[in-house]
Amino acid sequence: MRYVCGWSASVERPRDQDFHKRSKLMATILDPTDERVPVARSITERPGAIAGNVALLDIAKPRGNVLLDRLEQRLTEQLPGITVRRYAKPTFTKPAPDALRQEIRADNDFVIEALAD
Amino acid sequence: MANNLPPFSLADMSGRDFAFPASGAGQTVVCFVKEDCPTCNLVMPLLQVLHQNGAIRVLAPGQTAEGNRILVERHGLTLPVLDDSTLKVSFAYDVETVPLLLLADAEGREIERLVGFDRDEWRAFFDRRAPEVEARWDALPKWRPGCGSLTQDPIIAERLRAESENSPLRARRIEIAPADDMHEFLFDQGFTDGLPVVPPTPERVLRMLGGTRRDSQEVVVKMPPNYAPATVEKIAINAVLAGCQPAHLPVVLAAIEAVCNEQFNIHGVNATTMGASPVLVVNGPIRERVGLNMRLGALGQGSRANAAIGRALRLAVRNIGGARPGGTERSTFGNPMKYTMCFPEWEERSPWPPLHVERGFKPEDSVVTAFAMTSGPVLCVDQSSRTGRQVAGSIGLSLEAAHHVRSHNSSDALVVVSPEHVDTLWRDRFSKDDLREHVQRVTARPLSELVSDDDVGGGFPPERFAAMPPDRRSRRVPKFAAKENLHIVVAGAEAGKFTSIFHGWAGGAMGSVPVSRKIGD
Repeated sequence: MRYVCGWSASVERPRDQDFHKRSKLMATILDPTDERVPVARSITERPGAIAGNVALLDIAKPRGNVLLDRLEQRLTEQLPGITVRRYAKPTFTKPAPDALRQEIRADNDFVIEALAD
Repeated sequence: MANNLPPFSLADMSGRDFAFPASGAGQTVVCFVKEDCPTCNLVMPLLQVLHQNGAIRVLAPGQTAEGNRILVERHGLTLPVLDDSTLKVSFAYDVETVPLLLLADAEGREIERLVGFDRDEWRAFFDRRAPEVEARWDALPKWRPGCGSLTQDPIIAERLRAESENSPLRARRIEIAPADDMHEFLFDQGFTDGLPVVPPTPERVLRMLGGTRRDSQEVVVKMPPNYAPATVEKIAINAVLAGCQPAHLPVVLAAIEAVCNEQFNIHGVNATTMGASPVLVVNGPIRERVGLNMRLGALGQGSRANAAIGRALRLAVRNIGGARPGGTERSTFGNPMKYTMCFPEWEERSPWPPLHVERGFKPEDSVVTAFAMTSGPVLCVDQSSRTGRQVAGSIGLSLEAAHHVRSHNSSDALVVVSPEHVDTLWRDRFSKDDLREHVQRVTARPLSELVSDDDVGGGFPPERFAAMPPDRRSRRVPKFAAKENLHIVVAGAEAGKFTSIFHGWAGGAMGSVPVSRKIGD
């Protein structure tokens, strides 16, 4: 199609070739995630021997206490020098409250958490 | 007060930069043009003679690089035709029509402007500003409209708005090479629930943000399990992925506020091996406005609003909160409701007060209520009952199967009553509370019948039962801890003597309590 305009020019359209070129370039999307950079986590150094206070944390799932009872029995038999302390989460459906975590951390050298399922 | 024009620096075809305003340059004409505009071609020779005259500096930002080359060749131009093919300067000047001629003083303040071509205006302009220039005015048409600036192209306009400095978008941009398949890329990144998603381009996210008045950077909630800040923008990105329309966004925002409430406990709902997932019930005027289906097939497929709103919530929890199957999502079987589950109550078809009014909102409020389900919808089929009492009894016995027939006091339930069933109930003036009380009545069992035995486990522990005094052993225990644990709505097609039931997850403070949130603008 040709347009004649003004006194001299004749022009063809469409002429916006750049637009078509642009559309073939990179597509951009927005990140739907929380953009958290994965953090590499290392395991706490193993101490080699168990001594001091050992916390047993019951997450409040049924029969978790059975497992912990047995663990406590075996630990005290094999490691008579240690002190076992028992803790329990209010509910297994939620993370342990901060206060409980701090208490376990402050008063113990080791913690064993009984998972269920 | 004179309008200060946006400063810019653009290169001509040889790569030479031209700044505006420029010290010592005096008055400047900035004329935006594009090559495929007949009116721009009409005025190019006039701009050229103005440039040759030398009294006023002339700059002509052209909107395509190839077009600029053609313009220069066609008209034998020596004036600086500048490359604005990114359209950043045209966008900053809010150019609607080309040619747009702006005369500015040495400091870049606008003195006058001409839009399109009106011969008398242009002639008067030349007579005032460059009287020595001669032009064959009589050979020119009296008037020609300009052409739409490329910045007005709807697709380009949204891209430019998304890229501009005051863009409401702050999320990380991910570039996908032309050789990559966009859909495969989205799957590979783990952004989807297993079904294809709509690519969240900046343009689409901007359109989505148009669905709310809230600031794009407002943190709506800290979303478990990562406790990541879920901004309006991040939620809008996930709403795009899910296939939402902008009008759906306020419902999604309120739903996310509801599930991230501590009482609802989305962390536990996601993590449980029981495969729980939120069911969203929408009440109030917004239902019709956003096209939610509360009639035939309300709990099923076919309605974009029902499907996309529920899915947006799930994708946001997955992508922003970080709850992914195998990670903190640890459901034994999974659950198809984890794709999406959202429906509205058919308030107008119900003789009862709607759910949101029962929960303390005004009838005219739009509200979303989140309920944590583990099973369902389970169909209660009763096509023969002719009294409200009978229908209520049928619903009650159907509810006995929730979790385990011998498991009482463990959960809530969401009961979706069909129009035919509610008609039968209401014929006998059964209120919602009457229905609740009858459910409790027909499900009440002596505790002795709920104890595990050699044939059936999963019930009340025998050792605890044995330790109880006789009067407690013989007491009757209804299915639900309280009648308020039954949440009742009406929805579905006119035909069908059925009630549809969602079983809850762990109820009360140790699990999840339904939460309602008002839907804002």
